[in-house]
Amino acid sequence: MHTVCRTYAGGMETGTLEDGAERAEGEPVWTGLPPGLLRMRRLLLVVWLGPITVGTALLPAWLAGPVWAAFALLPLGLLLWGWPMLGRNWRSWRYAERADDLLISRGVLWREETVVPYGRMQLVEVTSGPVERHFGLASVQLHTAAAATDACIPGLDPAEAERLRDRLTQLGEARSAGL
Amino acid sequence: MTGPTRDADDAVGAVEAVEVIGAAGAAEAGAAEAGATEVVRAEPAEGAQAGSGPGAGAVAGDAPGEKPVVEVVEHRLHPVTPLRRAWAPVAVLIGWAVHDPDGAQRQLTRLDTTTLLIGLAVLIPAAALYGFLTWWFTHFAVTDSELRIRTGLLFRRTAHIRLERIQAIDVNRPLLARIAGVAKLKLDVVGTDKKDELAYLGEAHAGALRAELLARAAGFAPETAHEVGEAPARQLLKVPAGVLVMSLVLTGATWGTLVAAVVVPAVLWFTTESVWTVLATGLPLLGAAGASSVGRFVAEYDWTVGESPDGLRIDHGLLDRSHETVPPGRVQTVRVVEPLLWRRRGWVRVELDVAGSSNSLLIPVAPREVAESVIARVLPGVSVPDATALVRPPRRARWCVPLWWRGYGLAVSDTVFAARNGLLLRRLDLVPHAKVQSVRLSQGPWKRYKGLADVHVDTGANKTVTARLRDAAEAAELLRAQAERSRTGRREARPDRWMA
Repeated sequence: MHTVCRTYAGGMETGTLEDGAERAEGEPVWTGLPPGLLRMRRLLLVVWLGPITVGTALLPAWLAGPVWAAFALLPLGLLLWGWPMLGRNWRSWRYAERADDLLISRGVLWREETVVPYGRMQLVEVTSGPVERHFGLASVQLHTAAAATDACIPGLDPAEAERLRDRLTQLGEARSAGL
Repeated sequence: MTGPTRDADDAVGAVEAVEVIGAAGAAEAGAAEAGATEVVRAEPAEGAQAGSGPGAGAVAGDAPGEKPVVEVVEHRLHPVTPLRRAWAPVAVLIGWAVHDPDGAQRQLTRLDTTTLLIGLAVLIPAAALYGFLTWWFTHFAVTDSELRIRTGLLFRRTAHIRLERIQAIDVNRPLLARIAGVAKLKLDVVGTDKKDELAYLGEAHAGALRAELLARAAGFAPETAHEVGEAPARQLLKVPAGVLVMSLVLTGATWGTLVAAVVVPAVLWFTTESVWTVLATGLPLLGAAGASSVGRFVAEYDWTVGESPDGLRIDHGLLDRSHETVPPGRVQTVRVVEPLLWRRRGWVRVELDVAGSSNSLLIPVAPREVAESVIARVLPGVSVPDATALVRPPRRARWCVPLWWRGYGLAVSDTVFAARNGLLLRRLDLVPHAKVQSVRLSQGPWKRYKGLADVHVDTGANKTVTARLRDAAEAAELLRAQAERSRTGRREARPDRWMA
């Protein structure tokens, strides 16, 4: 886990979302995740399962006969199944900044929706691992006094992550409430 | 670039307790050469660590801009404290003897009077010196905004505990301490640990200190804080010993452990006929049985709940007495537990969750109406919803959780979110809207197929209350409405300093 350099904070875009939050009285304005996360996850899938598929195809075929190459169907199936699954999962992730709370919705089969009031935030964390950084991604993690609050937005554009962090801390300060 | 940077340095005033640890230099070790009570002039300084040199014993942590010179009175613990450490070498010896009985016996036979005397002559002063030094280097002071505890001879540790963040104050008097006339004072703040208790203080001193800490935490001016004294308490409830015994008799766990403690060793005796196996299994089982019956009776004996302007008072114990004070507005959740066998008598147990506190029992046993009146005092404006107000999940929930779904229920009022679960042991959790930290909705594939969803409400005491198997549309509406209610509920919540 590595931190995002401060230099990313240069070009902060706030216009559109601010407007969205203003008129978010009824239906919240949802924001999806940038495509970089999907690209990264798919690449990781191929990087892991591709060589395994080739290995399970070649090794048994070479040692025991060509029929045994059928073993490769398992990782290949996983790969072919995982590709669209990652897409569905990625599409399911979205968040909305409302006037007083942050909404995070995610999951396809196991759906989960979290509402965290700004005043309850104790800590906002921006993290970015080496792979994430290579793809220009960063995650925003929110902590409240309850450990069960599991509010994390992965794979954001670093500038957006910084903007979100600053906005959340600012709103958290304005609406601060104790335990 | 190593490790996650916690990026919310300016987010929320979340610091409840700060500790400063540092190795003490020779000069610092000499800092505490004054008498048992030192008056120290602490000037506001940049760093939080104590300066060195005689007299500069206190830590200047207050924000600059207040009065330039603050008088901080440092105290030591009661002189009987070193004796508390005296059992440590004895425990080490006993541990060694149990671990290696043959070796211990051989060594014992080899002992003669001279070696014994020499051993004692070394051991006792060493233990005494250790006890004395830990006592000598432990100081505490109460300032306008915090309690500071300084400990440590080689590794200095200074804990700053913010008074307005106090979640509860406990004064405990274990049996031996009662005989010696001393007491232990513990402050519960989110993040404090066992080291942050003041053990031991004179009984009168502990009471006065508790009153002063509460007065300062409540927002009384520092000059008047120690004259305010103990706030008058009004008794709300006292559990009679007979009812307590009856409630323990009617508890399944008591009988379960007792039966296990009798049956398991008997069966083992008939199958193996080995005394050691029987003892090895029988003794822990007997211990568990004793803890769940006699132990609970001793701990919950003379349970008294009182109310004072400083909050809730809970006094209990037969041998070890403890007095807990929970300031107003600190209770995060209240749980009404109704075991099967108590239901005919209409008895309930009430548990509460306070952030950072390990105490969780409010009433061990009481008739339902009495318990509800106490809950109304603990959570002002809250009435416990009765069985008819609790709405069950839709009937199709039986495909998700057969039979037990009938135990689930939900009631939401203006002030409280109440969820019940359990069929035999019914538990009703109450969360005031103002205490909700976050709201979550979750739905797995099977629940989605059945059109059901769970709603979780997280509170600051690391306790999650779940309304299970609600209709999906109802759950979505509940999520939205609960976020709104929690927002408005927080506006009306009481301030941390309840008298200010």
